Amino acid sequence: MVEEVSLRETYGKVLVELGRENPDIVVLDADLSPSTMTGYFMKEFPQRFFEVGIAEQNMIGIAAGLAASGKIPFASTFAVFAPGRCFDQIRVSVAQSKLNVKIVVTHAGVTVGEDGATHEALEDLSLICSLPGFTVIVPADAIETAQAIRAVAAHFGPCYVRLCRPKLPLVYSPDYRFDIGKAVQLRPGGDVTVIAIGVMVTQGLQAAAELEKEGIDCRVINMPTLKPLDEQSIIKAARETGAIVTAEEHQEYGGLGSAVARVVARTSPVPMEFVAVKDTFGGSGKPEQLLAKYGLTARDIAGAIRKVIERKG
Amino acid sequence: MTPESKNPSSMPDGLFSSREDLKEVARRLRRRIVTIIGKAGSGHPGGSLSAVEIVTALYWRVLRHKPSDPRWPDRDRFILSKGHAAPVLYTALAECGYFPIAELDTLRQLDSRLQGHADCCVTPGVETSTGSLGQGLSFAIGAALAGRLDSRGYRVYALLSDGECDEGQTWEAAMSAAHFKVDNLTAVIDNNGLQLSGRVRDIMNLDPLGKKWEAFGWQVSEVDGHDINQLLDALEKAKNVKGQPAVIIAHTIKGKGVSFMENNVDFHGKAPNAKELELALKELA
Repeated sequence: MVEEVSLRETYGKVLVELGRENPDIVVLDADLSPSTMTGYFMKEFPQRFFEVGIAEQNMIGIAAGLAASGKIPFASTFAVFAPGRCFDQIRVSVAQSKLNVKIVVTHAGVTVGEDGATHEALEDLSLICSLPGFTVIVPADAIETAQAIRAVAAHFGPCYVRLCRPKLPLVYSPDYRFDIGKAVQLRPGGDVTVIAIGVMVTQGLQAAAELEKEGIDCRVINMPTLKPLDEQSIIKAARETGAIVTAEEHQEYGGLGSAVARVVARTSPVPMEFVAVKDTFGGSGKPEQLLAKYGLTARDIAGAIRKVIERKG
Repeated sequence: MTPESKNPSSMPDGLFSSREDLKEVARRLRRRIVTIIGKAGSGHPGGSLSAVEIVTALYWRVLRHKPSDPRWPDRDRFILSKGHAAPVLYTALAECGYFPIAELDTLRQLDSRLQGHADCCVTPGVETSTGSLGQGLSFAIGAALAGRLDSRGYRVYALLSDGECDEGQTWEAAMSAAHFKVDNLTAVIDNNGLQLSGRVRDIMNLDPLGKKWEAFGWQVSEVDGHDINQLLDALEKAKNVKGQPAVIIAHTIKGKGVSFMENNVDFHGKAPNAKELELALKELA
């Protein structure tokens, strides 16, 4: 059994480490610190922690002002509230002003579970990727989360990191090295490529293992940086395997699938299938029930792989 | 202590004009504002003209700033939250020497550094991009908090419009500035009584505006926003407020200085034509 570790717990702890290393790290939260896990930072650095209350627009504006005067603000809330509740503030005060603000959100996607549709961000990646200059990262496990948080702290410019609520199985070993903008091949394969992010990476690996029994040699790529996209890895996968399936816990519109399809269409058209939420809102249930309901399981990925291979001819 | 005594090199020549001279500065800014908006053929004269004395008092007498080094870390920050009044900021910045005065003529043109609404990435001296109302005060709080964390002595000034107080974010920010006891921040409200489509009291009544700010934890003062002496006194007093932020409600006239623009909602976002410009310049002679 693979160990399961919380991404947001990891985030909270890495923030404290960063706080110790760099006095310019400051943290803002909008009344969700026990859930986003910024509470660890608050306890150790109360002077550098700003609880803004349930006011995400103001949080982003204050973060922008802090960044403009040399601080490295991490602003956290749930993925539905940023960018959803403060998109224009992110657009104008952060992106247009090219400020060094780090927005780290938790509770993305249907794996929020019982809280239901209002709380399940399925469009945040589409919104945030549409803003010029943003770096957008979706870690697949706690090890990648720790490194991604360190990477965005060291990177100058606006960044968005999307984390989920539940613990996730470890995908990586501790010696893994995350680089912004670099895809990671987790499994070689020549017949088809699955490109996945976040929660869906483990599902993609399971699907590939399952299909091996049917003689399908499936490459699996984790694309932790959605923007800027690692185009070379996509082009290589398209040319070498001739078919691509994308998998994301997000709307089909404007997420990973759309981004990969743009590259594929422009450089090396091959059949594609998209495992994503199909133009609907989420709902209440257990995370695994919801993943099944919205077609986001290893089985769904396997189905998409069979379909795309058939189309490959 | 005057900024001059602290850092003589921090101010360009002539910025410490006497209070009488400031009237002349204000007149010059008004002439430039109508001229460049007229030349551009579009823009927002009304809310630029109402803020002239406020901006003059700040840039010529209050702010510690270095036009030769716009990102000087210890500078006082001025945030134009009412971003559509960019022409008043541009003219002040140009007059102070942030960029050549001739560049004002490029307002709103392709590839100009002077966009219709101020963009901090292209215009020297602009602290943050504004134009989407309600965002400036939050930014100002962040800048003030950073100054406090670093024990820098700078002060942050935010200029808001009255109409902008419709925005919920303004009140989120107001609440938090008091909560964080941000006392290195002065907000000035250009209370000209008009917004894009009509009178503020008809569009969304803000009264009693002063009591609202007071209830949100701010030290409130009210002045005639075209009386530079009153503005300077209020700005000075605000500096000495401890443990809470200060707001100055500056009662102004939209379109001030040009008779046919004064209190005329049509000139919120309309440029004067050639004839109107000629008339305006005559009045501002």
